[in-house]
Amino acid sequence: MTEAYDPLRDDRGNRDISITKIGNPPVLTPAENRETRPAPGAVRAFLTAEAMVGGYGRGANILNGCTVAAEKGQIAVIVGPNGAGKSTAMKAVFGMLELRQGTVTLDGEDITRLKPQERVARGMAFVPQTRNIFASLSVEENLEMGAFLRRDDISRTMEQVYTLFPILKEKRRQPAGELSGGQRQQVAVGRALMTEPKVLMLDEPTAGVSPIVMDELFDRIIEVARQGITILMVEQNARQALEIADMGYVLVQGANAYSGTGRELLADPMVRKSFLGG
Amino acid sequence: MEPLNALVVFLNFVFIPAAAYGAQLALGALGVTLIYGILRFSNFAHGDTMAFGTAITILVTFALQGAGVTFGPLPTALLALPVGIAATALLVLGTDRSVYRFYRERKAAPVILVIVSMGVMFVMNGIVRFIIGVEDVVFTDGARFVIDARGFREATGLAEGLALRSTQVITLVTAAVAVALLFWFLNRTRTGKSMRAFSDNEDLALLSGISPERVVAITWIIVAALATTAGVLYGLDKSFKAFTYFQLLLPIFAAAIVGGLGNPVGAIAGGFIIAFSEVMVTYAWRKVVAYLLPEGLEPTSLLQLMSTEYKFAVSFAILVIVLLFRPTGLFKGQSV
Ligand SMILES: Nc1ncnc2c1ncn2[C@@H]1O[C@H](COP(=O)(O)OP(=O)(O)OP(=O)(O)O)[C@@H](O)[C@H]1O
Ligand SMILES: [Mg+2]
Repeated sequence: MTEAYDPLRDDRGNRDISITKIGNPPVLTPAENRETRPAPGAVRAFLTAEAMVGGYGRGANILNGCTVAAEKGQIAVIVGPNGAGKSTAMKAVFGMLELRQGTVTLDGEDITRLKPQERVARGMAFVPQTRNIFASLSVEENLEMGAFLRRDDISRTMEQVYTLFPILKEKRRQPAGELSGGQRQQVAVGRALMTEPKVLMLDEPTAGVSPIVMDELFDRIIEVARQGITILMVEQNARQALEIADMGYVLVQGANAYSGTGRELLADPMVRKSFLGG
Repeated sequence: MEPLNALVVFLNFVFIPAAAYGAQLALGALGVTLIYGILRFSNFAHGDTMAFGTAITILVTFALQGAGVTFGPLPTALLALPVGIAATALLVLGTDRSVYRFYRERKAAPVILVIVSMGVMFVMNGIVRFIIGVEDVVFTDGARFVIDARGFREATGLAEGLALRSTQVITLVTAAVAVALLFWFLNRTRTGKSMRAFSDNEDLALLSGISPERVVAITWIIVAALATTAGVLYGLDKSFKAFTYFQLLLPIFAAAIVGGLGNPVGAIAGGFIIAFSEVMVTYAWRKVVAYLLPEGLEPTSLLQLMSTEYKFAVSFAILVIVLLFRPTGLFKGQSV
């Protein structure tokens, strides 16, 4: 029944595209030594997504047993070639994709079957790769919507976000769609922070921003992590991201190719050769 | 040359009727545009939703009048309006539950929903005719005029009279109140902002914990209120007839599209643009021009661009022109 409607869809659901994904993504096969370091399965981290298998609708599997985890207050980074399934993995962790296998746990609790809204209520926040702001709403309204589920006073959190991203305070009455790319990313991250999340998930927060703004954003992300917020993020700028990462995962074709601390991955000759370009 | 008389004729036959009609269209178009913005389809059943709300309001009005309840100089229908709105809200919420939700869950494309809404339109069409019949129903009571033509002539000494019917004043005032409430709601309240957020970016709204079903339900209730109010005002100003309300669909859609679908400000502007165009194109300007030209130069023809039977052609023409040259409407709306 649902099948029959598939070709009729458009307009709804995610439109996750990126300028780098046009045409066939380069094929990179998982390396022999997948086990640079086993993905942390036995040890349960604060946020653990284990052996995830799943795809969009009834389509083929995009995730083939991928595992990611992030410890409290630490930064975990997912890197990998275009089309590897990084965004898909993020969506799966956030419950926007039905998993065929695997589990997601948050602070020891199994949340695999929870809806995204319920995950928001449990302290998770997600900044998607594309369309991650309300373009027609003002900056301030974007932040308010981030705090939609909160019933308490949000003005303090809003002040904190403005302290983190001062430019947003200046532009708070402007429609977010009229900001520059880098400023929009700040709105997107700010919106996600408004729930006072325990886990912040970022899908390519630095996409399309200049190197200076990128460094700035990375600094802010480190700042957020220092406040005890767990961060799971996907990054295209692998080298810089791994430098600030406590844990790093290299995803290839929906599976873990390598994982280890950021330093380990940067030092791993296989990772360097096949992924970081020497 | 008698410019004052020309002005009075213009106000009397063009400006006032068009303003009242424009307010009615604007309220109708607001409903269409909200549905489009939130549920992402063009609701063809909107005209019949208006008819349903009006029909219920009329029945309650008759019941009130039968019981001897009136609203002083104001039409009794205004007292009955809340009941009409409530009944319409139940109807559209029920329709959503039993029909639209099925397609929403399957993420059907907008074009499918448009066809579905046509089905709903036919059903509502039948329900309305079943409830109140196909005849013209006049349900206006209370004071007829705020300013009547003879009184105006006597007071001003002008040759032309100006009539301001109370239904026209009520239309404008009620529409203004409704629009002010709507904008206050959308821009100032948490729920209203969440509706705008949902309309802007559905996925991100979900990620922010905004519940789509709640947004959809509130949208239907607001639409029911707007549609019923628009229908009742139109009925008070003219008269109620099921078929006329179905025909209103064209100017209402034209208004919403001209203004930019999904954009409430656009819907209001569009309503007045369509109403003024329709009235001005179909009005015979001879009298106005005669007053403006020096004596002896009176035009011999009617100076009417199009006869009133063709008034729908005006909406249609504007619609086509806008879709050709500016598909997103005059204000920034979603493209059709
Ligand atoms: N909404 C979708 N529906 C169906 N397939 C999708 C959808 N989004 C992505 N895919 C497919 O899933 C695969 C992985 O896509 P994904 O977006 O997860 O890659 P990614 O690793 O995030 O790439 P990038 O670095 O370009 O962002 C791709 O082959 C893509 O075609
Ligand atoms: Mg991606």
